[in-house]
Amino acid sequence: MTFAAPVETKSIRFRARSFVAFTLTPEAPITDWLEGLDHWIGNSPGYFNGRPVVLDLNVLKPDVADIALLVASLAGRGIRVYAIELEGASLGLDLPPLLSSAKEATAEGLLGRAARKARAEELEAAVAVEHAVPAEAPVAVLPAAVSANAAFQDDTSQDATVHEQEADPALAGLEAVRIEPATAEFAKAGSGQGALPQSSEPAAGTLMIKTPIRSGQSVFHPHGDVIVLGSVASGSEIVAGGSIHVYGTLRGRAIAGSEGNISARIFCRKNEAELLAVDGWYTTAEEMEGVSRGKAVQAFLENDALCVMPLG
Amino acid sequence: MGKVVVVTSGKGGVGKTTSTAALGAAVAKTGKKVALVDFDVGLRNLDLIMGAERRVVFDLVNVIQGTAKLSQALIRDKRLETLYLLPASQTRDKDALTEEGVEEVIGRLRQVFDYVFCDSPAGIERGAQLAMRFADEAVIVTNPEVSSVRDSDRIIGLLDARTMRAEQGEHIAKHVLVTRYDAARAARGEMLSIDDVLEILSVPLIGIIPESQDVLRASNLGAPVTLSEPINAAAKAYLEAARRLEGEDLPVVVPFERKGFLDRLLGRRAA
Repeated sequence: MTFAAPVETKSIRFRARSFVAFTLTPEAPITDWLEGLDHWIGNSPGYFNGRPVVLDLNVLKPDVADIALLVASLAGRGIRVYAIELEGASLGLDLPPLLSSAKEATAEGLLGRAARKARAEELEAAVAVEHAVPAEAPVAVLPAAVSANAAFQDDTSQDATVHEQEADPALAGLEAVRIEPATAEFAKAGSGQGALPQSSEPAAGTLMIKTPIRSGQSVFHPHGDVIVLGSVASGSEIVAGGSIHVYGTLRGRAIAGSEGNISARIFCRKNEAELLAVDGWYTTAEEMEGVSRGKAVQAFLENDALCVMPLG
Repeated sequence: MGKVVVVTSGKGGVGKTTSTAALGAAVAKTGKKVALVDFDVGLRNLDLIMGAERRVVFDLVNVIQGTAKLSQALIRDKRLETLYLLPASQTRDKDALTEEGVEEVIGRLRQVFDYVFCDSPAGIERGAQLAMRFADEAVIVTNPEVSSVRDSDRIIGLLDARTMRAEQGEHIAKHVLVTRYDAARAARGEMLSIDDVLEILSVPLIGIIPESQDVLRASNLGAPVTLSEPINAAAKAYLEAARRLEGEDLPVVVPFERKGFLDRLLGRRAA
């Protein structure tokens, strides 16, 4: 949109632009939640550096004084809150601005709140399984509702809207943030090196990557399968909501079923993986030594245990 | 318009600077005009390897900041009149380089020279990214060691994401140059094999440089090995790599260990 300014010669341009942000959704009791967050930051230091964070307070619904305390305690952990999402609230000038009408960033595009609710219900069963897992089990037990993607969209009136996505709890501990192609603007500015040059979608929900995945790259595809035609290098990682198929050698980390999909599987032509995980259950290279290394394998869940079996 | 080739590796000490000098000199020998640009601001070495350290007056940072003209900073090689060096600054750091400044310098060099070789600093930070930013082609220098290969893989990922050509959706040609290859150690399985390296990196091979004392000696004497000892095995490998860089289709032969009867008897190591 272009607005002609009163001065004849110069006009000021306003543009709408989408950015992806992370949503933190604190839950009561807040001390436990902060403890979980601290534990998680300890595992992934520097995770929030330079990443825009939005506080979703629709679950907690605190009063203004508590919000100020929460923002301050997050600032103390190096997390700067860009905006707050809380329906029907009005906050003072000393707090971050309010955002509304968030949309979830998915492979199919941005989903509004209603669609998100439906999806949340869909996932409830899987999440219930997640909570049933005892803490000492060999599973990545991670603080819930920590990481998520959201997109800012500031329009001309500076009244921004947020698109956000509830990420899977089990995924939170993994240093993987890959933004969907539809809202990839922020990825370029922030973690651009994780972005892959060539990717196309043969079917809805499936991400096909025709190039090898290099060390340090991260593919995050929360709703669907990932197919890699090349190899996946040591020090790279794939996180998929569905299954992962690698037609080269898998040397990096593969995390399938990240949204709580227990029937997801990992397939590869040659297994040299650093880590294989399905729905939070994982096995490392050390544990796979001998039996399934260097072979074509598939990994899947059976009776709450991750099986890595040779193919064919 | 000349071609801009970045020589990079991620890991330090694998032979980027030595390879830049040797490849540059090899191409210049064929009569092409070649500029070698040292991007390792703060830790410059290319001038030493080229034997030009006592002739440095102005450097890349001076040119970018406008305190010297490009023609003042370029040093012509005493042995080859088609070979030039643009040294880095030793007293500044990498923040002295700006993307616009680098773009302008590279753009002007491209107009004058047939080949511009950019000697990248180690690492994946700003200096390395600026060195690769405007490249048309990349030579990824790798030792047959796991750490070096993984770092090279990381660099290849950056080349495909952070270079100007990649951002414009164009292809950036990449070549792997394996240096410090020790046939004896490879035969004993102490090093990664060439096949392993290529399988991991999935980038075409441009040459295999055998580990050689002559390369180190040449570097310390300030002469690229392709100029000072062209009959040496390493020099030959560099000369062939340069021909492949220019598009010639030469098969790459993996060096093997030559051991005569006497050598074996005396337990001598093959060079």
